[in-house]
Amino acid sequence: MTLDSKLPSGPIEQAWDKTRFDMKLVNPANKRKHSIIVVGSGLAGASAAATLGELGYNVKCFCFQDSPRRAHSIAAQGGINAAKNYQNDGDSVYRLFYDTVKGGDFRAREANVYRLAQISVSIIDQCVAQGVPFAREYGGALTNRSFGGAQVSRTFYARGQTGQQLLLGAYQALERQIHEKTVTMYPRTEMLDLIVIDGKARGIVVRHLVTGEITTHFADAVILGTGGYGNVYYLSTNAKGSNVTASWRAHKRGALFANPCYTQIHPTCIPVSGDYQSKLTLMSESLRNDGRIWVPKQKGDKRKPDQIPEEERDYYLERRYPSFGNLVPRDVASRNAKSVCDEGRGVGESGLGVYLDFTAAIKRLGEHVIRERYGNLFDMYQRITDEDPYKVPMRIYPAIHYTMGGLWVDYHLQSTIPGLFVLGEANFSDHGANRLGASALMQGLSDGYFVIPYTIGHYLASNKFAKVDSSNPEAQQAVANVKQITDKLLSIKGKRTVDSFHRELGKIMWEYCGMSRTAEGLEKAIGLIDALREEFWQNVNVPGSGDDLNQSLEKAGRVADFFELGRLMCVDARERNESCGGHFREEYQTPEGEAQRDDEHYSYVAAWGYNGPGQHPELNKEPLEFDYVHPSQRSYK
Amino acid sequence: MKLRLKIWRQKNRNDKGSFVSYSMDDVNPEMSMLECLDVLNETLIERGEEPVTFEHDCREGICGSCGFMINGIPHGPQRATTVCQLTMRHFKDGEELVIEPWRAGAFPMIKDLMVDRRALDRIIESGGYISVSTGNAPDGNDILIGKDTSDRAMDAAACIGCGACVAACPNASAALFTGAKITHLGVLPQGKIEAERRALGMVGQMNTEDFGSCTNIGECTAACPKEIPLEVIARMNQDYWRASAKRRDDSVKPVTPVTRWNAK
Repeated sequence: MTLDSKLPSGPIEQAWDKTRFDMKLVNPANKRKHSIIVVGSGLAGASAAATLGELGYNVKCFCFQDSPRRAHSIAAQGGINAAKNYQNDGDSVYRLFYDTVKGGDFRAREANVYRLAQISVSIIDQCVAQGVPFAREYGGALTNRSFGGAQVSRTFYARGQTGQQLLLGAYQALERQIHEKTVTMYPRTEMLDLIVIDGKARGIVVRHLVTGEITTHFADAVILGTGGYGNVYYLSTNAKGSNVTASWRAHKRGALFANPCYTQIHPTCIPVSGDYQSKLTLMSESLRNDGRIWVPKQKGDKRKPDQIPEEERDYYLERRYPSFGNLVPRDVASRNAKSVCDEGRGVGESGLGVYLDFTAAIKRLGEHVIRERYGNLFDMYQRITDEDPYKVPMRIYPAIHYTMGGLWVDYHLQSTIPGLFVLGEANFSDHGANRLGASALMQGLSDGYFVIPYTIGHYLASNKFAKVDSSNPEAQQAVANVKQITDKLLSIKGKRTVDSFHRELGKIMWEYCGMSRTAEGLEKAIGLIDALREEFWQNVNVPGSGDDLNQSLEKAGRVADFFELGRLMCVDARERNESCGGHFREEYQTPEGEAQRDDEHYSYVAAWGYNGPGQHPELNKEPLEFDYVHPSQRSYK
Repeated sequence: MKLRLKIWRQKNRNDKGSFVSYSMDDVNPEMSMLECLDVLNETLIERGEEPVTFEHDCREGICGSCGFMINGIPHGPQRATTVCQLTMRHFKDGEELVIEPWRAGAFPMIKDLMVDRRALDRIIESGGYISVSTGNAPDGNDILIGKDTSDRAMDAAACIGCGACVAACPNASAALFTGAKITHLGVLPQGKIEAERRALGMVGQMNTEDFGSCTNIGECTAACPKEIPLEVIARMNQDYWRASAKRRDDSVKPVTPVTRWNAK
């Protein structure tokens, strides 16, 4: 398959303007004749549904939670980037673009990233107008802080709850459209298949999670804003319900899946404490503004942190990367934490942890300033660990946090299935092999508020839509497919719970496709996953029935898809014989242990086509060209 | 540690429901309340029984999905903590925990510990926003907002919509929830313009739903995991009375409460 990314020609600064001008428009009276399905109600989904409703389209929005306000965007803590240059510290659209392309280790599409940086400015304005209570100076102006991978302060924030406030802004805009009746909301409704008719995405099959009813919905276009797939690792910072099912079932209907192996490990999470652990808790990257990361110089030093004198501590990030120090990008910070722990210098009972120490900042600024900046994060840490971070350094360790890979989309955010658009974390487009902190919120809102409203109009104006309903054979086949999966899961009645399979899959993924990978390990993982998947379909125990609320059944369907996705991630990681960003192959590193890219052979997007379970997928390549930011060995020294 | 969990089990809205006791012998004090229920559910499934249904998602205390009563207190005994972040070290070895769902007329039962909180969404739908369409906004710094005002807005905006306030209130009132949104938006200059219309709409909706009235008891703020202050209710009343006195139009109409589920 040839991948047409529909990139505009000409200078990058004018690319988005030119594209917008070249696009066809739908006149206001005709907008209400078009219907659009939006799956997911996080930053991308809610902002898209609200904006399309404002424009006058007929929108149906679906989420599996009880309310659109619960989507996992709500848990984002630190902030949102924008090239406002309010701090007068040298920021610009071009610099945000440059930092993001470099931060992504030269594996993102330049034009997409440039557009993202341009739009970032309007996002802040929109959110302020909605009433998002961003942090402010006494004089009333908006304030900023710094995040990893940048030397300017361009991150806007609302205490440690920026995602919550931005999502509530989008949710409230969505509720306003629900009230205006331009949007119909379907909570507790999970998408389980995509309906493709005459080569176009025309509808979805859903299961209502309370009644168990399986129904179809039709529209002229379908938008997925269904988030990332970090839960394939079982333990991650994602919400328990976050899953890949909507994306994966679309993939099985023909949408290519791009760069699945690009996963982000967040360096600052609370370490694992036991086997019962159900998820990992993130401590915002913003803490690295004032916290200093260190481990003892001595292996196996069991003294309490306050008994280890200054000269026996190794502030390894400050030592190795003097110009970025504790604010190196996430992939670099995570790998360094792993390597000091592998050397036996990790702290805490498990030895899998490093200190994040605020003593110096408290001395310099006073405890009240630190409380003002990070109070809620410190409280959360104390609630979970029973230790007071104002007195004892935090212990942190890396954890799976975000997935840069996702469904392949062109510049219009359209997948390889016409009429299927993918937004936010669910697509692959803007972060390359590593996402910079505070850029996920930016991308979700950029896609939803400012990109899709234009590009979907062009699609709707350029196509004709035959009337479709549940009698179409494609719809009936999709419904039958969903019923067959549900019945099968319920009929196995085996010995093992869904969670026990999920946990085991997660361990395989973390061990062989986690922070560092080898060809040999990935080969082994593929074999283990195939065997475990086979056992799952013979030995899983899903109690209850399909006709009412059944949380085990919901989980089982999601885990079934995680098996197939996990395998694809390993295939992709094994195929990419280089290290880049979050993808670190031990065979490919510089003498100093940094990631070594191979631009000659791997400067492309790997977009995989589905060939059936356990079958080798088909690899399609979209070459990446860099006309503005010259690929170099990323240096944060 | 050993614990006895006395949990409300109810198959659906039409089932009568009852408490069922479960003994747990090996509870790790570091685990959260929800992880404790996870462990219980794994053993129930292995024994061929149906696991306990409870709502949860982020498990970081921010999504507002989780919540139930523990020994009569919403989210349990720990101040400003949701059940997903409540660790078992706060309980004593051998203790019995009585676990039951939010009980309020406006929150119809779904199953076990899960209830239907769509009434809260309908209150937001009836005016809990600033009417600004995408693209309408001036530059972010064109609207200067003093830090104190911004902080007050943020204190109220921290509400996670979990419903603990309703469950705690002897009248099952949603005044703290509604007041929080009215205060968040009403203290900001962007939100002042619609303050009166918003109060009429949201309070009107609250009264249409099966919530009780506020009699200033204060259980809500004591139970709130985000410590939303009681003063937001005063603000709500102030905006509502001012609006009621000034406005005679009936353009603000409540949304009809829906309790059934519709997948079509």
